[in-house]
Amino acid sequence: MWIEILRVSWRSIRANKMRSFLTMLGIIIGVMAVVLSSAIGMGAKDNITSQVEGLGSNVLTVMPGATSSGGISQGFGSASTLTTADVTAIQQQDPDVKYVSPVVSHTAQVVYGANNTNTAIEGTNEQYPEIKNVTMAQGRYFLQEEVNSAANVAVLGSQVEQTLFAGERVNPVGQTIEIQGIPFTVIGVAASQGTSGFTNQDDAIAIPITTEVNLMTGSDTVSQILASATSSQVMNQAQLEIESTLRVAHQLTPGTADDFTIQNQATLLSTLSGVTRVLTLLLDGISAISLLVGGIGIMNIMLVSVTERTREIGIRKAIGARKSSISTQFLLESLTLSLAGALIGLIFSGAGAMVAARVMKTGSLLSVSAIVLSVVFSIAIGIVFGVYPARKAANLKPIDALRFE
Amino acid sequence: MSALIEIRDLVREYVIGDQTIRALDGVNLTVERGEFVAIMGPSGSGKSTAMNMIGCLDLPTSGQYVIDGFHVASLSEDQLADVRNRKIGFVFQNFNLLPKTTALENVELPMMYAGVPARERRQRAMEALERVGLANRMHNRPNELSGGQQQRVSIARALVNNPVLILADEPTGALDSHTTEEILTLFEELHAQGNTIVLVTHEDEVGERAKRIIRFRDGKVESDTKYPQLEGVPPHVD
Ligand SMILES: Nc1ncnc2c1ncn2[C@@H]1O[C@H](COP(=O)(O)OP(=O)(O)O)[C@@H](O)[C@H]1O
Ligand SMILES: [Mg+2]
Repeated sequence: MWIEILRVSWRSIRANKMRSFLTMLGIIIGVMAVVLSSAIGMGAKDNITSQVEGLGSNVLTVMPGATSSGGISQGFGSASTLTTADVTAIQQQDPDVKYVSPVVSHTAQVVYGANNTNTAIEGTNEQYPEIKNVTMAQGRYFLQEEVNSAANVAVLGSQVEQTLFAGERVNPVGQTIEIQGIPFTVIGVAASQGTSGFTNQDDAIAIPITTEVNLMTGSDTVSQILASATSSQVMNQAQLEIESTLRVAHQLTPGTADDFTIQNQATLLSTLSGVTRVLTLLLDGISAISLLVGGIGIMNIMLVSVTERTREIGIRKAIGARKSSISTQFLLESLTLSLAGALIGLIFSGAGAMVAARVMKTGSLLSVSAIVLSVVFSIAIGIVFGVYPARKAANLKPIDALRFE
Repeated sequence: MSALIEIRDLVREYVIGDQTIRALDGVNLTVERGEFVAIMGPSGSGKSTAMNMIGCLDLPTSGQYVIDGFHVASLSEDQLADVRNRKIGFVFQNFNLLPKTTALENVELPMMYAGVPARERRQRAMEALERVGLANRMHNRPNELSGGQQQRVSIARALVNNPVLILADEPTGALDSHTTEEILTLFEELHAQGNTIVLVTHEDEVGERAKRIIRFRDGKVESDTKYPQLEGVPPHVD
């Protein structure tokens, strides 16, 4: 009998193809919203995590300027209170800091043969690759002696290398390039790092900090100090040490605020993932609401259908249909609508999630939990919003239903 | 064996706003197995209301109704559905077939609700359609059939579950005189085969075919006449 009732429901869905499709559309869109929003949320989280991790492991970033309430430096580079002397102080005094490097950067014209490009020149020291996990594609990074002697040596980012040596069939290592007209020997090419910390690390040239200072005005202020803690457990310890070292070095009296800001990678990560969590929650909420609206659409159509088919219900009751047969028929109909909608929605959102994964350059973003959740939710909606119309149909008095015009 | 239908002091009131209409006003009536009864009377006299009570489509305001030993007042909604399904076959004036559904499927429907297996259902539905002379129209939908053919389908549907009672409310009301004749002949055949038939009509030539005529007026039984001179009905006095 169940199979027969299912067949009756199916037939009535097919008899009103357009209406059934429009009804399902609500669920289709709802399911797509659930699956895709979870995919986007996952992608965003992946992206942020990998970007922050790309900053290096256990990294503390010191920036000039006081901290604003949001935890981000206010006057980014405005008052350059950090100097190379601070780097030396941290290196000598702070036991939980393993590596420390200054960063000074500016943009300059770089020429090799007929090729030239405008790119970021970053002055760092020999410890920088340890902090930022820089690996070399060719050659080597500069050594401490080269920093001390302000040697004119350069390490190219992979993108710069491609631009400058485009079409040249030479090994870049050992070649001479000109930065602001001054010749530099290329000693290495860094492996591609991708974007990290929202800057493209591949489109930059690293030179010794001392050389960079000479290239610039000769001032020893730095735009950033990067430090790495000896382990992730002592991140906060290291941060406190750096803070006190810098306060002493900057001769800040107790009570005055820091004239620098220390950014902790762990706190940055948790702040950002907090933001994505809120965004994901928001998206999930919106998609849940759209599923709900889809469900209300089903209920609406089922109520219309019950009214339209009052006579049919009357006939069925007159020849002996029990209440449960009638309510099952209508419940199966709404369940079929919502399930079919869910399946179609899943097919579309599967395709959508693949596109999103391509765009966001992450792995598969189809979460099993989102799929299961949306199917379960659709079934629940089919039942919840089908029950009322089904009961309404089942409770019709046979004679009233038969007389209905 | 007790009578098939026993009705005592049956009252059915309709309340419309602050007005109460007594459609049935104390009806007493007994129908034995194998009878062919015509209920007649002017329009509005309560014939259809009585048929709805007898068919368990509607419940009385007061009074007693026993069909085949079942006290209808004591039955639940689902039990009433089962009584309609197993004991009663309906034939309506406007046929009341499911549209978009073939004649065969329409006839199968009562058996579906009776839980008859699909194969047997098909078989019995085909036999019933053959019985009403529609063997060659089984796969047509109602809108592809004439009025007379549609009424045959609904008669096939009414008798397919072997009910103890066939109820027909103005079964020929929507048919021309020629088709009326055919349908009445069919009812006579069914009666001859032992079926109990109660039929509502306001046409004398239809009533004449029955073996007993009950006349309604203003919700009451006005007269109840049997025709024992005609073959088939044993003389019976209440
Ligand atoms: N559903 C209803 N609501 C209100 N009044 C009704 C209803 N059905 C029948 N009636 C009234 O009951 C009386 C009997 O109706 P009915 O049994 O249909 O008569 P008949 O079939 O003999 O023409 C009429 O006065 C009619 O108006
Ligand atoms: Mg009537």
